[in-house]
Amino acid sequence: MTLDEVKPGQECRILKVNIEGVTGQRLMDMGFIPGTKIHVIRNAPLVDPVEFSLRGYHVSLRHSEAKGVEVELL
Amino acid sequence: MKNPSEEKTVVAVAGQPNCGKSTIFNLLTGARQHVANYPGVTVEKKTGSYRFKGKRFELVDLPGTYSLTSYSLEERIARDFLLHERPALVVNIVDASNLERNLYLTLQLSEMGVPLVIDLNMMDVAESRGLEIDVGELERRIRAKVVPTVGNKGKGKKELFEAIWETSKDREQFSPIRIDYGESLEPILSELEQKLSEDTDLSSHYRPRWLAVKLMENDSEAQRLIENRSQKKDEILSFMESERDRFISQYGEAPEKVIANRRYLIASGIAEATVKRKKEVLWTLSDRIDRIVCHRFLGPVILVAILYTLYKLSIGYGYKLTEYTWPFLASFRDFIASLLPAEGFIHDPLLRDMPLWVVNGIIAVLNYVPIFLILFTLIAILEDTGYMARMAFILDRIFRHFGLHGQSTLPWILGGVYVGGCAIPGVMACRGIKDERARMATIMTVPLMNCMAKIPLYVLLISIFFAEYKGFAMFFIATITIIIALSVAKILSLTVLKKKEAAPFVMEMPAYHLPTVQGVLRRCLERTWLFIRKVITIVAVVAIIVYLLISFPGLSKERQTYYSTQASEIKQTFFKEIGDENPYAGLLSGAGLDRFSLYWDDYKKARMAAKGNKEKEAIDKKFRERNPEFFKIVKRDDKQAAKVNRAYKKLERKRKELRMEKREETIQGSLLGRIGYFMEPFTKFAGFNWRVNIALLSSFAAKENSVATLGSIYQAEEIGEEKMLEERMREKEKDWTPLHALSLMLFMAMYPPCIPTLIMVKLETGSTKWMLFATFYPILIGILISVLVFTGGNLLGLSGIQAMIAFYILAIAVTITMGLIKREPKFG
Repeated sequence: MTLDEVKPGQECRILKVNIEGVTGQRLMDMGFIPGTKIHVIRNAPLVDPVEFSLRGYHVSLRHSEAKGVEVELL
Repeated sequence: MKNPSEEKTVVAVAGQPNCGKSTIFNLLTGARQHVANYPGVTVEKKTGSYRFKGKRFELVDLPGTYSLTSYSLEERIARDFLLHERPALVVNIVDASNLERNLYLTLQLSEMGVPLVIDLNMMDVAESRGLEIDVGELERRIRAKVVPTVGNKGKGKKELFEAIWETSKDREQFSPIRIDYGESLEPILSELEQKLSEDTDLSSHYRPRWLAVKLMENDSEAQRLIENRSQKKDEILSFMESERDRFISQYGEAPEKVIANRRYLIASGIAEATVKRKKEVLWTLSDRIDRIVCHRFLGPVILVAILYTLYKLSIGYGYKLTEYTWPFLASFRDFIASLLPAEGFIHDPLLRDMPLWVVNGIIAVLNYVPIFLILFTLIAILEDTGYMARMAFILDRIFRHFGLHGQSTLPWILGGVYVGGCAIPGVMACRGIKDERARMATIMTVPLMNCMAKIPLYVLLISIFFAEYKGFAMFFIATITIIIALSVAKILSLTVLKKKEAAPFVMEMPAYHLPTVQGVLRRCLERTWLFIRKVITIVAVVAIIVYLLISFPGLSKERQTYYSTQASEIKQTFFKEIGDENPYAGLLSGAGLDRFSLYWDDYKKARMAAKGNKEKEAIDKKFRERNPEFFKIVKRDDKQAAKVNRAYKKLERKRKELRMEKREETIQGSLLGRIGYFMEPFTKFAGFNWRVNIALLSSFAAKENSVATLGSIYQAEEIGEEKMLEERMREKEKDWTPLHALSLMLFMAMYPPCIPTLIMVKLETGSTKWMLFATFYPILIGILISVLVFTGGNLLGLSGIQAMIAFYILAIAVTITMGLIKREPKFG
C-alpha cells in the first residue's frame, strides 16, 4: 500500500520511495528512507494535506506526494 | 566591509530551518549586521561581525536548508557560498531535540571539506523531551567541536566564541568525515575520485571525493562545474553516465537513493550512540496545541480569529494611530513650506509648488509607518511561533487549485482581503513561500486586493449610485477582488509563470516556540527600515515626474493675463468694499495685503491646532503682539475692522475659486490632460469620459488622490468638502448611470499597484521586467472587465445592480472553472 492510504492514528514502515527528481530527493532529505517508521497524525481540515511524524519531528505532505511512498502497516 | 589593514576570518552559519539559526546569529553579532541579497537573487543575505581575542570574525548567514542538493535556490546558494567564497569555517546550528535529521546536513557540510563547529542549540527543548546528549561522544564522532547552547536565553555564547576561535586557529587539523557508501558504490566513487584528482586545477579548488559523490547523485550543478572547469570533462561525464546507468540496471535503484540511505544510516548511528532517552514523553506541548489548532472544526475558526485580530490590530488600530502621528508629519510639511518662497495671490512660484508636492507625496507614504510597525511585529511573532506552517496546512487545499500555496493566505490578508489593507507588507510577506511559482503568483495578485487607498472612491460611487443597495454593493466590491484574483493567479501560473520552479509540498511542522522580544523587534525594525529606505527616494522622483506631467506645458500667455486681470479685479472689489476712508485701508495697500494674508492663514492654523481655552488665549496674545492692527481686523474689534474682515473673507473665497479654476485648466491642458482627452474614444466603451480618465491617470502616483482629483475637476461654485463632491458629480455627469459607476469601481479594483508597492515587487522578484508586468497586466484586465460590464450591460439593457449580480455570478463561474483545470504534470 502507499502512504496516502494510511489512516490517521495508524503507524507504518517505509518500504520504498517511488518518486524521482525534486520530490523524491526532498522526501529522502527529510528522512523518508526505507525502514523508517511513520505515524500518521491527522488530515488537514479539508482532508489534504496530511501530517506525519517520523524520526522525532512532524511534516506534512499532500496526498499526491504521499502516494509515491510505499509502506507496510505496523 | 573592506578594511585592508585588518584581516578578517569569514565564518558561514549554516543549519536546517527551525533550528534557531537566526537567534544564534543575532547572539553572536549583536547589532552589527548588514542585510542585503545574494547576488542576482532575492534571497536575503545577512552578514555581521564581531571581535574575539583580537581577531575580527565576519559571519555570513546561509539560507536554512535541509540538505545541499542543487534542487532548490536556497540549497544552491548555501552550497555555492561554501564552494566559491571559501569561508574559514562553518558554524553548523543543530537542533538538539531533532538530532538525527539535523546531522544529515552536518554530514554533507563535513563532506564538503570545510572545518566545522557544531552549535547544539535548543538544549532546553531536548531536555524537556527527556533527551540527554553525550557531547563528548558527539565530538568524537563528527570530528568537530560541539557547543551546547540555548539561543533564546543567551546560554553558551562565550563557549561558542571560544570554539570558533580555536577552530579558526588550527583549521589545518580538520579532517572531513568519510562516509562509507557501501560495496555497490565505493568502487565507482574511488575510480571517479581518481579521475577527478588527475585534473590538478580542478582538484585544487574542489574536493574530488565530494565532486565524485555529487556526480553520482546526478547533481546538475556539479555536472555544470565539470563542464566549465575541467579539461577532461568528456571523459569524466561519460564515465559518470555509463556508471550510473550500469548501477541502476544492476541494483534497480538510483545511486542518489543509496547515498541518501547511507547518510541517514550514519546519522541514525551517531544519534543512537549519543542520545539517551531518560523518560518517554508521549505528547509534547506542541502536539497538544496542534490537536486544537489543526482540529477539523476548531482549526479554521482559530485561523479566522487570528487573521481577524492581526488585521484589526494593524490596519484598524494602526490607522487610528496615524491620526496621532499625522500632526507631526503635517508640521514637518509646514516647516518645509515656511522655508520656501511664499504663496502668491494667484500664481505660486514653481520653487514652492513643486517641493511641496514632493513633500506631500513622501509624507503620504510615511504616514503608513505606524501601521507597518504593528504589522511587522505581529508577523514576526506569527513566524517565530511556528503558526505560519499551520496556516498553510489548513488552507493549502483551496489555494493550490489556483496555482497558489497555503502560505499565500497572509500576503492576501495584508493586501486587503476584506476591505482596506496595504499591498506593500503583503508583497513583503511573500518571502516565506518556498514554491517559487506560487510565490510569484502571490506577489502578482496581492495588489489586486482592496487596499485602503481604493476605498474612498468606492464609498463615493456607492453612496451616489448604489445608495439603496449599500450593503450588497460593499460586499460585492470586497469579495469580487478575491474571486478575480484567484482566476488571475491560476491564469498566470499556467502561462507566464509556467517556467518558474515549483517545489513539492513537503513542509515541516515545527514545534511551537515562544518568540523572544528582541528577535521580534529586530525583524520588525529591519523590515520597516527597508521599506523607508527603498521607497522614499523613488517616491520623490516619481512625484516630480507626475508634477511635470500635470503642470506642463502650462497656461498660454493670454490665459495667464486673464487670471492676473481677474486677480486684480478681485483686489479692487475688496478695496472698494472697505472704502478709501477706512482706517485700515492704508495698512493693506500694496504688499500689506500679502502680509495680512500670511498673518490670517497663520492665525487660523494656530487656532485650529489649539486645544482648550488656555492655549487659544496664548495664541491670541502672541498674535496681538505680532501685529496689533491686523489683530483688530481678525477679531472684528470695531465697526471698520468688521467691515474689512467681511470683505477679506469674500476676497479669500473668490481667490480660492480662481486658483481652483486655474488649476483645473492647467491640468486639462497638461500632457496628462491631453492623454485623458486622447483616450476618450477608447475608454468610452468602459463608460469613462476624459474627466474620469484624468483622475485615473493622476491616481497612479497615489490612488487616494482619485477622489481629490475628481474633486478638483468637478469643482463647483462653492469650495466644497468631500461631502459636496457627490452633488457636484451628479450635476456635471447628469447622464451617468450606475453602470458607469460599476465600471469605474471595477477598474479601480484592478488598478495598477502604487509606486511603493511596485518598488517592493521589484525587490522581491529581483527584476524590473516583473515590476513592469505587475504594472501593466492589471490595466489590461481592468479595461477588459470595465468594457465587458459597461458595453455588455448596455447591450443587454441591464441596470447597475443587475449588472453587478450578473458579473458576480460570471466571475464565480470562471473561478470555479479555473480551479478545476488540472494542474501541470508533476515535477521530476
